[in-house]
Amino acid sequence: MADMTSKRNAMPVQEADVRNRNFSEVALGYTEEQAVAEANRCLNCKNKPCTSGCPVQIDIPAFIAEVAKGDFEAAYKVITKSSSLPAVCGRVCPQETQCESKCVRGIKGEPVAIGRIERFVADWHNANSTAALEKPAPNGHKAAVIGSGPSGLACAGDLAKMGYDVTVFEALHVAGGVLSYGIPEFRLPKTIVQKEIDGLRALGVKIETNTVVGKTVSVDELMQDEGFESVFIGSGAGLPRFMNIKGENLNGVYSANEFLTRINLMKAYREDSSTPIRAGAKAVIVGGGNVAMDAARCAKRLGADVTIVYRRTENELPARAEEVEHAKEEGIAFRFLTNPTEIKADEKGWSKSIVCQEMELSEPDASGRAKPVPKKDAFIELDADCIIMSIGTSPNPLIKSTTSGLDTQKWGGIIADEDGKTSKDGVYAGGDAVTGAATVILAMGAGKKAAAAMDRFMQGK
Amino acid sequence: MFEILEKKCLNPTVTLMRIYAPRIAKKAEPGQFIILRTDESGERIPLTIADYDRENGSVTIIFQIVGATTEKLNHMNEGECLHDFVGPLGRATETDGLKKVAVVGGGVGCAIALPVAKKLHELGVEVHSIVGFRNKDLVILEDEFRAASSKFVLMSDDGSAGEKGLVTDALKKLIDSGEKYDRVITIGPLIMMKFVCKLTKEYDIPTVASMNPIMIDGTGMCGGCRLTVGGETKFACVDGPEFDGHLIDFDEAMARGAMYRQFERKAHEETCNLFREVK
Ligand SMILES: Cc1cc2nc3c(=O)[nH]c(=O)nc-3n(C[C@H](O)[C@H](O)[C@H](O)COP(=O)(O)OP(=O)(O)OC[C@H]3O[C@@H](n4cnc5c(N)ncnc54)[C@H](O)[C@@H]3O)c2cc1C
Ligand SMILES: Cc1cc2nc3c(=O)[nH]c(=O)nc-3n(C[C@H](O)[C@H](O)[C@H](O)COP(=O)(O)OP(=O)(O)OC[C@H]3O[C@@H](n4cnc5c(N)ncnc54)[C@H](O)[C@@H]3O)c2cc1C
Ligand code: FES
Repeated sequence: MADMTSKRNAMPVQEADVRNRNFSEVALGYTEEQAVAEANRCLNCKNKPCTSGCPVQIDIPAFIAEVAKGDFEAAYKVITKSSSLPAVCGRVCPQETQCESKCVRGIKGEPVAIGRIERFVADWHNANSTAALEKPAPNGHKAAVIGSGPSGLACAGDLAKMGYDVTVFEALHVAGGVLSYGIPEFRLPKTIVQKEIDGLRALGVKIETNTVVGKTVSVDELMQDEGFESVFIGSGAGLPRFMNIKGENLNGVYSANEFLTRINLMKAYREDSSTPIRAGAKAVIVGGGNVAMDAARCAKRLGADVTIVYRRTENELPARAEEVEHAKEEGIAFRFLTNPTEIKADEKGWSKSIVCQEMELSEPDASGRAKPVPKKDAFIELDADCIIMSIGTSPNPLIKSTTSGLDTQKWGGIIADEDGKTSKDGVYAGGDAVTGAATVILAMGAGKKAAAAMDRFMQGK
Repeated sequence: MFEILEKKCLNPTVTLMRIYAPRIAKKAEPGQFIILRTDESGERIPLTIADYDRENGSVTIIFQIVGATTEKLNHMNEGECLHDFVGPLGRATETDGLKKVAVVGGGVGCAIALPVAKKLHELGVEVHSIVGFRNKDLVILEDEFRAASSKFVLMSDDGSAGEKGLVTDALKKLIDSGEKYDRVITIGPLIMMKFVCKLTKEYDIPTVASMNPIMIDGTGMCGGCRLTVGGETKFACVDGPEFDGHLIDFDEAMARGAMYRQFERKAHEETCNLFREVK
């Protein structure tokens, strides 16, 4: 009989006023007892509504049942049938809009904390499993993967397990994509990302960092001159958008990508890093997604007084609920229905303040979404010697402009079908490069699908 | 690994290195650059590809020691390897349809200008090079420039090498003497490029300036390298580094270049102290 307590087991966390001054992980993870107790809240529904809410259809009741029994390795095996990155997804998936939103326990109380149990299982496996990865027998075919974010890692892993000789090409000096340069240490420790990458290497995957495809080598050259029979493009959506308002190029104004790259990739928050960063005394972050939350919480940890400015209301915040909650606990202020119109400079060319217009929500349109519309003559001015624009990113045009016969959408996304097949023979794509900025689990799922399709393509040749 | 095949001191503050990087050597074109890191915790810094050898797979960089990273780089020796070396980045210099060009370089900018002058010269373009340095001890690449130019003017602030004066003085003199350039290409300190562009604007000569803002990734991902050109925001690493000099907001670029000055001074001092202690 399931444990019918309406509340889920709380996640142990670092105290808010301690953690907002360090970069160590905020959520500490369930203990074995907590994981088993939470697993016991699952009703093991026959029709598995939670699984239908999972973008990669993990058999959630099955893995939770194993946790309830205390067989954590068996639970891990269930998850990894469908997911390649459980330690990552357990931490960063927006569970409240996916699996947990479908949980029957959520109707009268709180849904089962599926993400927390998933994370526990993956961490337990990483800490305790002794099963050595076996290098599969090579099948004699060569495949290339561009980009080492979740889509590329998942694709490379699946292809390697089938025996392909896989090389991953990554533009930066570190693999991992957004997991390495975007999502901060306190939300996703880099040792976890590294573990995934080491796992791929153990499977025989070669990772060539410092290689910008389209500059160092082109997709056509990889296929024609270097013998790669099929290529997966998982190059993400890394191009930052700006608002094009006055003062945006002043000193002290960053894109979230730059701010987070300095911190996560270049470790600028550490004494031993040679890369500078400056969060100022008063930081204003523009945007409401995960990226904005991460930038805000990093700025806070660097000592700034932080305000998030968002043009809609709290209900529309696209960030994970847990991140918003954590940000508030850490002392970050929010200003909703507020939209920047100008950044003002001090006499030395640094940002001094940000002028914003107050907004109100219109009646919902045909798609059901209410639009923010500016209120006439309602302006406020906030002091800000650091301003971080996190209003979205789009795919980098580099690969499109250097690959023959690769079709893209007007906004830059690569056109690919369900299996990731593009307009160019043998070339597949997935993740943010196809969908625009989305989620880790969708990117991971797209990489796995493409790997299966690439296998069929190469075997059929 | 990116081995240092050769290291040569060009003057007390400027060093040349030839690096083993076959993939980059195969693709490099004049005007493009690389980004390197000396070590695991190092900063990413951009340097222009001064030369390349596709056969033996090497790329030449020439750098001025101005701060912590260039100081560290200068302490590395032949046989050692750079931690990271990525490129070729940025767009190559456009040379189509040019017949007569003035290349105006200042200081270490001459290292960036040389491959451009060489390429134009090889294409049969008439190249006039005007290069300026503070004094004779800082003059670099004089022979190389002479070999790539049909006219060569050396200027120095104090008159200890070539003529005394600024590169803009020399350029003005040539233009006034009737030389008709279809393009001026200028590479050097921002303040120099600003005044070269101001001058050529008066004469209505199309001018290209090679910009060197602070960069991180060099792939268009961070926007840290952004500039305003003709009222629009451009990313120097992917849209440049060369832009229409008459449209660049140089004052903004100068302010942005100084964004981390305090941090940089401290880091440079610390690095120098470190090397002193090691000695
Ligand atoms: C700050 C931040 C926080 C986020 N938080 C969450 C979250 O909490 N939950 C969630 O689900 N999602 C989150 N996301 C979104 C999620 O990270 C992305 O959707 C996901 O990483 C996309 O994966 P990808 O493999 O498509 O691309 P990416 O992770 O973007 O990786 C692409 C890789 O390709 C490389 N590359 C690009 N061009 C080239 C080239 N020409 N040659 C070689 N390599 C190239 C890039 O350097 C990069 O490493 C967040 C994103 C950001 C930026
Ligand atoms: C496209 C491009 C090509 C360049 N080519 C050359 C070259 O061929 N030879 C050469 O000597 N220099 C070149 N530079 C400049 C060179 O990158 C800087 O001198 C170097 O980064 C200084 O690093 P540092 O740590 O030694 O000095 P720091 O003390 O960190 O900085 C000194 C000055 O260099 C600039 N700078 C600092 N960090 C960066 C960075 N990450 N990116 C760009 N500029 C920075 C700043 O304006 C600063 O004021 C180029 C720059 C660019 C953008
Ligand atoms: S250096 Fe990051 S976008 Fe140009």
